[in-house]
Amino acid sequence: MTRMSFAEATRCALAAEMRRDPLVWALGEDLVQGGIFGQYRGLAEEFGAERIVSTPISESTIMGAGLGAALCGTRPVIEMRIADFTLCAMDELVSQIAKVRYMFGGQGRAALVVRMPQGMWRNSAAQHSQCLEAWLTHIPGLVVAAPGTPADAAGLLASAIRSDDPVVLMEPKNLWTAQGEVPEEFAPIPFGVARHAAAGDALTVVTWSAAVPVVEQGARDSGIGCDVFDLRSLWPWDESAVLASVRRTGRLLVVHEAVTVSGFGAEVLARVLEVLGPAGLRAAERLGAPRAPVPFSPPLEDAIRITPARVAEAVRRIAAM
Amino acid sequence: MLRDMARIRAFEREAVAAMKSGEAPGVVHPSIGQEGVAVGVCANLKRADRITSTHRGHGHAIAKGADARAMMLELHGRAGGSCGGKGGSMHIADFAVGMLGANGVVGAGIPIACGAAQAIRLRREEAIVACFFGDGAVNRGPFLEGMNWAALYRLPVLFVCEDNGFAAFTRNSAVTAGAGPAARAEACGVPATAVDGEDVLAVDAVAAELVARIRAGGGPQFLHAKCYRWEGHTGTDAAAYRPAEEAAAARGRDCIRRLAALLEQAGVAAGEIAAAEAEAAAEMAAHRAAALAAPWPAPEAAFSDVQDAGAPA
Repeated sequence: MTRMSFAEATRCALAAEMRRDPLVWALGEDLVQGGIFGQYRGLAEEFGAERIVSTPISESTIMGAGLGAALCGTRPVIEMRIADFTLCAMDELVSQIAKVRYMFGGQGRAALVVRMPQGMWRNSAAQHSQCLEAWLTHIPGLVVAAPGTPADAAGLLASAIRSDDPVVLMEPKNLWTAQGEVPEEFAPIPFGVARHAAAGDALTVVTWSAAVPVVEQGARDSGIGCDVFDLRSLWPWDESAVLASVRRTGRLLVVHEAVTVSGFGAEVLARVLEVLGPAGLRAAERLGAPRAPVPFSPPLEDAIRITPARVAEAVRRIAAM
Repeated sequence: MLRDMARIRAFEREAVAAMKSGEAPGVVHPSIGQEGVAVGVCANLKRADRITSTHRGHGHAIAKGADARAMMLELHGRAGGSCGGKGGSMHIADFAVGMLGANGVVGAGIPIACGAAQAIRLRREEAIVACFFGDGAVNRGPFLEGMNWAALYRLPVLFVCEDNGFAAFTRNSAVTAGAGPAARAEACGVPATAVDGEDVLAVDAVAAELVARIRAGGGPQFLHAKCYRWEGHTGTDAAAYRPAEEAAAARGRDCIRRLAALLEQAGVAAGEIAAAEAEAAAEMAAHRAAALAAPWPAPEAAFSDVQDAGAPA
């Protein structure tokens, strides 16, 4: 194991995949300069301008060209710079990439990765801080992954590159510099397998992405035995691990940075309720952002942020029900 | 080329009839009158070359060598269709001949064509991409992005703007400012050439020259092919928004009859031409009959080819 940052872990994983497979290449803005978070640093020097392609600010074509390149046998890694800019390329992602295999009757595959760093980071305000993972889990055809640790980010990126499905990788901007233990060899991490982050009997806590370290801290601070799952991927998601845990605890808390209303937490809670029935669930809650844009000023941003204290408070409340 | 144009026209006549009768579900967008563009361009493409197409794409597919019988089955939503009945008219694809798909979103093929060309380069393939789109596409953002992109990376793409004069129900000149599609392409550094799209020999000659330049590594080229959409936007649109004389005049410039006249002047027997057209009509009528006799897809097919990880339960 080596200790490294989230950005460095993904950089090493991408480099390893590019060495393994000459058909893997990356395109997006400022990649030759290393990407805005340093997650591509040094790759242009190693792989050249044909495989690390700095592009114009043309989101539709970054996304759409990635698709065309996948249909012609290469494995592009499409960098969206930040998730919010994906909104300029939604047709290409939702109506083209997610649909080609199906509507062409399996003739073509969009074997590609879309990296979209998301969430709050350094007071970036309303247009650079959104968490829109729930939108994409709603789209048939897409795999959606949302890692919360450097090791998972590396392993899921490796899986995403090797997958024949189009994979959206939502990387938490706030964790780019977070350090973690990463294996020397980047073994791909399968989609739909949660990481059991902490074991406990009092309640089940489900989270992903930037909320992972917040939940881990809050659960510890609560002093209550939480069974914590970092889903790591949202479609597919590890329904069986969550159900098995809730069968034991009867209590469920889902925590995400995204707006609570119609967030993916609603899907998790609905599935648990559908399968276990009302009698199987003594208490349940979703903890997310209010239905407000992300504000700029630090105290305003803090007002909507999920914090360890809020998680601990929710944990105590649910455990007491 | 006459045979190809006749096959496209016969296919679309059958497709429109099938749509009107309700035998083919959904909507078809006929390219009748524009066959010379598809055929003149594709005459210069090899099997390894790729094309991207539009919602009005039957002609492009047939000209590139797609299986017309499978296409007709697809239009009827039957098993054995090009896409197993999951795409329909607007999503015809035939990857075996480099036809990367029609597209229901105007201009959406432009970025895809750019990326296809980048992959071709990365894989060191000897191939180019022809990207068909209509005049309506020049008012979408991906058009600007794609022109700049292709010129920037000097990609092997032939952009073919089929300017049939109409963006759906609206005359495109009424909603387009400036000097037109070619000027926009040239502003991004893509050399543009205009051609009479109703003259298949002219299209063929110009396309041959542009394709040769692209194959020689000269970067993208833009072909502005003026033509006219004989039918409405869809097979059932009566096109009441334009004068009937205008469409009648276009029918007088029929790309098939013009080539037939030249062939006759060159000594080809009129009977031979009529036989080729009759053969095309018979082929497509047989495909339509085959489509009506073909089985519907099994309901389970609705759940296949979605995705591997997280496939529908």
